[in-house]
Amino acid sequence: MSKIIVVTSGKGGVGKTTTSASFATGLALRGHRTVVIDFDVGLRNLDLIMGCERRVVYDFVNVIQGEAKLQQALIRDKHCPELYILPASQTRDKEALSKEGVGEVLETLREEFEYIVCDSPAGIERGAQMAMYYADEALVVTNPEVSSVRDSDRILGIMDAKSRRAEAGEDPITKHLLITRYIPERVAAGEMLSIDDVLELLAIPLIGVVPESESVLQASNAGIPVIHDKDSTSGQAYDDVVARFLGEERPLRFLEPEKKGFLKRLFGT
Amino acid sequence: MQGPRRGLEEELMGMHTHAGPAPAIDFKGAVFTLPVLHLYQGDPEAVTRALERHLAQGLRFFDGAPVVVDLSAIRGVAVPLQDLLGRMRRLRLVPVGVRGGDAEQHRLARELGLAVLHGHAPSEERARPEAEEKAAVSRPPRARVVEQPVRAGQQVYARGGDLILLAPVNPGAEVVADGSIHAYAPLRGRALAGVQGDVEARIFTQCLEAELVAVAGNFRLFEEDLPEEVRGRPAQVYLEGKRLVVSPLAGAGRK
Repeated sequence: MSKIIVVTSGKGGVGKTTTSASFATGLALRGHRTVVIDFDVGLRNLDLIMGCERRVVYDFVNVIQGEAKLQQALIRDKHCPELYILPASQTRDKEALSKEGVGEVLETLREEFEYIVCDSPAGIERGAQMAMYYADEALVVTNPEVSSVRDSDRILGIMDAKSRRAEAGEDPITKHLLITRYIPERVAAGEMLSIDDVLELLAIPLIGVVPESESVLQASNAGIPVIHDKDSTSGQAYDDVVARFLGEERPLRFLEPEKKGFLKRLFGT
Repeated sequence: MQGPRRGLEEELMGMHTHAGPAPAIDFKGAVFTLPVLHLYQGDPEAVTRALERHLAQGLRFFDGAPVVVDLSAIRGVAVPLQDLLGRMRRLRLVPVGVRGGDAEQHRLARELGLAVLHGHAPSEERARPEAEEKAAVSRPPRARVVEQPVRAGQQVYARGGDLILLAPVNPGAEVVADGSIHAYAPLRGRALAGVQGDVEARIFTQCLEAELVAVAGNFRLFEEDLPEEVRGRPAQVYLEGKRLVVSPLAGAGRK
């Protein structure tokens, strides 16, 4: 039985695409046949972060409009053979995402893939609504600051009102909270919301906390999802997220400020 | 009610004290829920038959009950009101007033010693009668119960009655009721009670952190200025005159 997972947040710049790339990669690295779809029609970032931007010929919108076959648009990831990418179009607008068209593509993908990861655009407009409409589960990506939490709250409300599951009266979308760009030092200094603050407001189960890390930017620039970087705290945190998603118990890590050694304190980082 | 009404009240307004001898009378407002009998035709025979059928269902509730007769569906129709009222009284109903009729019907009602009330019927109750015996007695308003969090951007409205919230109302959310609002979880968004003008409506919460509260159109915004004695605590909001009073709930332990 395949699962459709939407990665969403409402607010932009919180780490949706980074999360989609690493989460999909993590599932595929564990042997699950996975496809990740870029719903950000008009902007197209996922292919950059996945390092396949030069291999895009056809895209999601071409497939929806019958201009290309699904097989022509799917790009196989260069690092893991179980992972495919369905890129967004840069030349169309989001209105090209028809509910029926998206539904048909997802149904076809269900036959072939275990996990279908939908990378939502920011905002609450059509692209975001289409990304979540058919979802079975959701990773709600939130930064520990008030506007991000507010937007996630908004998205959670829309999810319960406007998804296919809600309209069909089925069980609601299973939601997971993923806190990203977490900086323990700033939380300790009271400059950032704590995990408890965020959880109290959003009231959905926490699946992981990804610390802010330079390796995320480096990974994006290199086009290699950060989960491949086993030395970085972010990469390890994403690995934990995938493991928990698949039912493993793993304690939360990287929540406390790093103890700086004498030399580090003397010379800064 | 005197307990919680004081507190903030006395600090802000000064004490209300009575001077002189003990008064012989006192006018106080109170709210009663009255059944409203909607008449869809003026024929006393047909109305009596329909009423008898209703009362035969063993609705002891209506035995001796005061009722308001709603005439809005038969405005402009000559109604033998005296005959009708007599038949209703024989069925042990106590008509106390009418509403929604035309000027002639209201004049007749006053002559017969009834009050003319001006509350209007919620729009769904004004639906066309389908069958002739639909002279139904309206139900008391139901409260709407919400068990899921009300999230940013969502609005929940309890039409015609109270709103009961069992999960938090988050910042950016709005809860609205024609009646009162009862929040058994943190109230962090906007809460508007009595939006059709019910000045007796109140807002009750176990944990007041609201951005805005309003009763019957009188509102108060809270930025960072929720008074210490109610912030994050059980509290109620109600109207006194035109002034919105926010006070701790009686019996709530003070920390």
